[in-house]
Amino acid sequence: MVNSDDIIIARDLVKKFGDFTANDHLTFSVKKGEVFGFLGANGAGKTTAIKVLCGLSYPTSGELTVSGYNIYTHREKIKQNIGYMSQKFSLYEDLSIVENIHFYAGIYGLSNKVIRERTEELIGMLDLQNVRNKLIKDLPLGWKQKISFSVAIFHRPSVVFLDEPTSGVDPITRRQFWQMIYDAAHSGITVFVTTHYMDEAEYCDRVSIMVDGKIVALDTPLNLMRLNDSVNMEGVFLKLARQ
Amino acid sequence: MKTDRYINLKRFRGFVVKEFHHIFRDVRTLVILFGIPVIQLLLFGFVVTNEIRDAKIAVFDQSKDYITTRITQKIVSSGYFKIDRKLESASQIEDVFREGNIKMVVMFEAGFARKLEKDGQAGIQVITDASEPNTANILVNYLNSVTLSYMASQQKALQQMQIIPEVRMKYNPELKGVFLFVPGIMAMLLILISALMTSISITREKELGTMEVLLASPLRPFQIISGKVMPYILLSFMNAVLIILISFFVFQIPVHGNLLLLLGECLLYIITALSLGILISTLTSSQQIAMMISLVGLMLPTILLSGFIFPVENMPLILQGLCYLMPPKYFITIIKSIMLKGAGFSYVWKETLILAGMTLFFLFLSIKKFKTRLE
Repeated sequence: MVNSDDIIIARDLVKKFGDFTANDHLTFSVKKGEVFGFLGANGAGKTTAIKVLCGLSYPTSGELTVSGYNIYTHREKIKQNIGYMSQKFSLYEDLSIVENIHFYAGIYGLSNKVIRERTEELIGMLDLQNVRNKLIKDLPLGWKQKISFSVAIFHRPSVVFLDEPTSGVDPITRRQFWQMIYDAAHSGITVFVTTHYMDEAEYCDRVSIMVDGKIVALDTPLNLMRLNDSVNMEGVFLKLARQ
Repeated sequence: MKTDRYINLKRFRGFVVKEFHHIFRDVRTLVILFGIPVIQLLLFGFVVTNEIRDAKIAVFDQSKDYITTRITQKIVSSGYFKIDRKLESASQIEDVFREGNIKMVVMFEAGFARKLEKDGQAGIQVITDASEPNTANILVNYLNSVTLSYMASQQKALQQMQIIPEVRMKYNPELKGVFLFVPGIMAMLLILISALMTSISITREKELGTMEVLLASPLRPFQIISGKVMPYILLSFMNAVLIILISFFVFQIPVHGNLLLLLGECLLYIITALSLGILISTLTSSQQIAMMISLVGLMLPTILLSGFIFPVENMPLILQGLCYLMPPKYFITIIKSIMLKGAGFSYVWKETLILAGMTLFFLFLSIKKFKTRLE
């Protein structure tokens, strides 16, 4: 099953907090350029898993390789090669759009020239010429979300982790946001996304469904629907969660 | 590697620039950083003082001879007292105290001058309003010194053997209250601002969720924290300089010792305070709680337990023990020694070492706490 195309390989990954097991022997792999969905109810262990994958917290046991690097021995290398967008969008409200971009790009050690070029490219792509020096706090939520995602992939990571990136935004913005996700995947960035929106799960190439810290199903949305006699992912999820 | 170091330096610079943006775009932060210290210093310097001038007193002179008149004149000319009323009977004493304006009644016994010349002694009774014990004490001391100096001036005439101690108040000859308060305020302000600002700015990143993104980036935790703290070291240091300047130009407090040593000690103390701020921010992820801990947990103990207002020696043993755990106590000792006594490093190395030790201890605890959170 080990494949050189696999960007994330997790085997028997366990994360415990005291007696509570948040992630119970997760085993999965994510292919390069894939949009991989992590589906689960609140408290199923999605955020815990994403934090372990990003190196924000140590696994209790198990094997984990991200972007070809072992989480125990090459944490810093992994961090250089991933992007992360948290539920809270995590832009600085009192900095302008351009300042936020420059700050985060600087952290990843990009050269000034690259930063300048990519900033202009991004500003043009998102059509932000007129607001480039506006503070983040003056922007609508949907814009913050798009900028936040663009910042997370600004340094061209091999994989980007999105933790419930669409919570709280309207359906149209969500649709536009998914377009951005596809564009990123086309450019070769693997997208690992957690969500509890069932319709979004259908946009993913493959979906893993988590219930009580365990992965109970992992396949393409189509296969999952067929195997579970459902017309949509909601049916699949309800059926699996009830077991 | 050279390129690595260059990239790290660039990251660090970017971080510091960002932090300055946060500070200068937030009016509240600016007020806390520079408004409060100046106002506090001026308030404490001018308002909170042990000196008493023009205290209203009443005189009940049952003798009304040339000596009691002379002593009364001396009392008035001392500048500490103002005679508000002359009493005619002992029954009035209770009434004037009840009115509340009069702080002290001075009573000369009948036949004062005659007794003094015949027996060599005469009595002055001093009655004070001890519902304000400190004021009462100070007034009694002032009055004592006035009568003593009168006696001294009469010494030759009286031809008696008297031992009069000649007192010299070293390091603060005019007994200015502000000499005591400024080091205390400096200790309080620096610890409060440094610890408060760092703990708030770190917990703010936690609340915003930006801390997670920073931790998921190649930045090491050490770089994140030092990047956040660096601007506050600079600004707090500017604050220290500002306080020294104000106390020199407004309150005429001299710096007898080495200025560089003084600034160096300020810097050390600021770093101690910042490490406390870092420790606080590892305990909580809420700005509100960080603020409460900094204000209640640092300001009150600094005022009460640092020897700033109340002498440590007079406290119960348990509290004395607590006092020795307070960084401000050592800092106050250090700046008093340097500013007022002109002491060199050889006199303050012990306190300096303790502060440095405390700083390392706070940082060690923070790192430990941070590591357990990751696990």
